[in-house]
Amino acid sequence: MNMLQSNLFELITIIFYCILIFIPLLLGVILALYADRKIWAAVQKRRGPNVVGPFGLFQVPADGLKFIFKEIILPDSADKIVFLIAPIITLALSIAAWAVIPVQSGIVLANINVGILYIFAISSLGVYGILMAGWASNSKYPFFGALRSAAQMVSYEVSIGFVIVTVLMCVGSLNLSEIVVAQKNMWFFIPLFPMFVVFFISALAETNRPPFDLPEAESELVAGYQTEYSGMPFVLFLFGEYINILLMCAMTTILFLGGWLPPVDVYPLNAIPGFVWFILKVTIVFYMFAMVKAFVPRYRYDQLMRLGWKVFLPLSLLAVVLTSSILFFFKLAPGMS
Amino acid sequence: MSFFNFLKSFLLIDFIKAYLLAQKYFFQKKATINYPFEKGKLSPRFRGEHALRRYPSGEERCIGCKLCEAVCPAQAITIETEPRDDGTRRTTRYDIDMVKCIYCGLCEESCPVDAIVQGPNFEFTTETRKELYYSKDKLLENGDRWETVIAENLEADSKYR
Repeated sequence: MNMLQSNLFELITIIFYCILIFIPLLLGVILALYADRKIWAAVQKRRGPNVVGPFGLFQVPADGLKFIFKEIILPDSADKIVFLIAPIITLALSIAAWAVIPVQSGIVLANINVGILYIFAISSLGVYGILMAGWASNSKYPFFGALRSAAQMVSYEVSIGFVIVTVLMCVGSLNLSEIVVAQKNMWFFIPLFPMFVVFFISALAETNRPPFDLPEAESELVAGYQTEYSGMPFVLFLFGEYINILLMCAMTTILFLGGWLPPVDVYPLNAIPGFVWFILKVTIVFYMFAMVKAFVPRYRYDQLMRLGWKVFLPLSLLAVVLTSSILFFFKLAPGMS
Repeated sequence: MSFFNFLKSFLLIDFIKAYLLAQKYFFQKKATINYPFEKGKLSPRFRGEHALRRYPSGEERCIGCKLCEAVCPAQAITIETEPRDDGTRRTTRYDIDMVKCIYCGLCEESCPVDAIVQGPNFEFTTETRKELYYSKDKLLENGDRWETVIAENLEADSKYR
C-alpha cells in the first residue's frame, strides 16, 4: 500500500513537471508564430498582425480558437484512424523531445546520459507522423508532400548526425547538460563555425522550414501533407511543427551557443539566471529562422537533395575526420591530457 | 564553375548579402497603411456607393427623367415615375441593384440635376444579397449621410467638367 502511494506521488510529480514544461512551450509557440509573422511582414514592409490585442499579440490565440470551433473534416476515402493519429503523433513526439532539454544548470525534466541520442531518435520518429498523414489522406498532394518530407528529413538527418558527432568529440559526453558545461571557456560555434552553419541549414531542412518547405510548397502541392486537415488536427500539426522549430533552435543553442551560459563570465552577466540567457539565445536563433524564411526563395527538389548528399554529407564527414585528428594530435580530446 | 564562383557559394556570400538587405528593409518605414484605422486618399472623382441627393430645402433632386436608367450598361437601375400633387414629376420607385452595378459612373454623368451620384463610401458590404438591392429610401438616406463630402467632391471636380 505504501509503495503504491509513493508510486502515485511520483506519478503526480512527473505529471506536474510535464505541465511545467508544456505550458511555457505552448506560450513559446504562440509567441514564435506571432514573431514569425511579424518578422516576415517587417521584411516585406508590411505591418503583420496588429489589431487583436496589444500589438496583435492575441492574433494567434484567436486563430487557435477559430480552429477549435471549426469542423473536423474527415475525407471519405481516408483511413480515418491513421488520419487522426498522425497529428497526435507529430505533436506528442515534438513535445517529448523537450523532456531532456536543460534550460538552466540542473533544471531539466530528465537528465539522462544519452540525451542527444534520445533527441535524435525522437526527431527521426517525427517523420512517421508526416508519412502517416500523407498516406492516410488518400489524396495525391498529401502523398507527394509526405514522400518529399520523408526523403528530405532522412537526408538531412545524416549530416546533422555527423555535426553532432563533431560536437560530441569535443565534449566526451552525450549528456546535454555536460555539453553546455563543456563550453564554459569557449562556445563551440567559434572553433566549429562551419559545422554551426551546416547544422543551422540542416535544421531548417529538418523542420521543413523555408527555403526547404517543399513538403508544403503551396505552388505545387497545395499544402502538402496538411492538405486534407482542418480544425483541431491541423492545429496539432501546426503546433508540432513550431515546437520542432523551437526544439531545433534550442539544440543549436545547446550544441553551439553555450546553452544557459552567459557570453562572458563576469559579475553583472552571470548574475542573470541561466534560463534567461537560454531563452535569449533561442530567440536569436529563431529570429534567424524567421529571417531566412523572408529572404531565401524555395529550393528546387533536386537542389535540395544535391545540397544534402553532395555538399553537407562530405563536408560534415570531412569535419569529423579533421576534428578527430586535431583532437588526437594536440591531445585536446577530453580525457586525453 | 570557376574558383571564385565556388568560393562565393561556399562562403554563402549571396546569403549574407540577402540577409543584410532584408535587415535593411526590416527597419524601413512600412509601405502599407493601417487600413481600418487609417485610409488611403480618395480622388474627388472616386466612384463608390450611390446616393440620391436633395436640395438644401429638403426637396429631392431627382425629376424622374430616366436618363440614368437608359444609360446604365448593366441595367441595374429601375425607375417608376408619377406626377405628384403639385404637378412635378417624381419617382415612386428608384432601385439600384448593387450586385449588377459595375460602378462605371455613367448614371452620375448623365444626371441633369446631379441627383444620383457615386459617393466616396466603398465599405458597404452586407451579409445577405438582399441588402444590396438598394431602394429609393436607402439611396436618399445615403445622400443625407454623405451630403457634405459629396458636395465638396462635386465642387472640387466641377472645373474639369
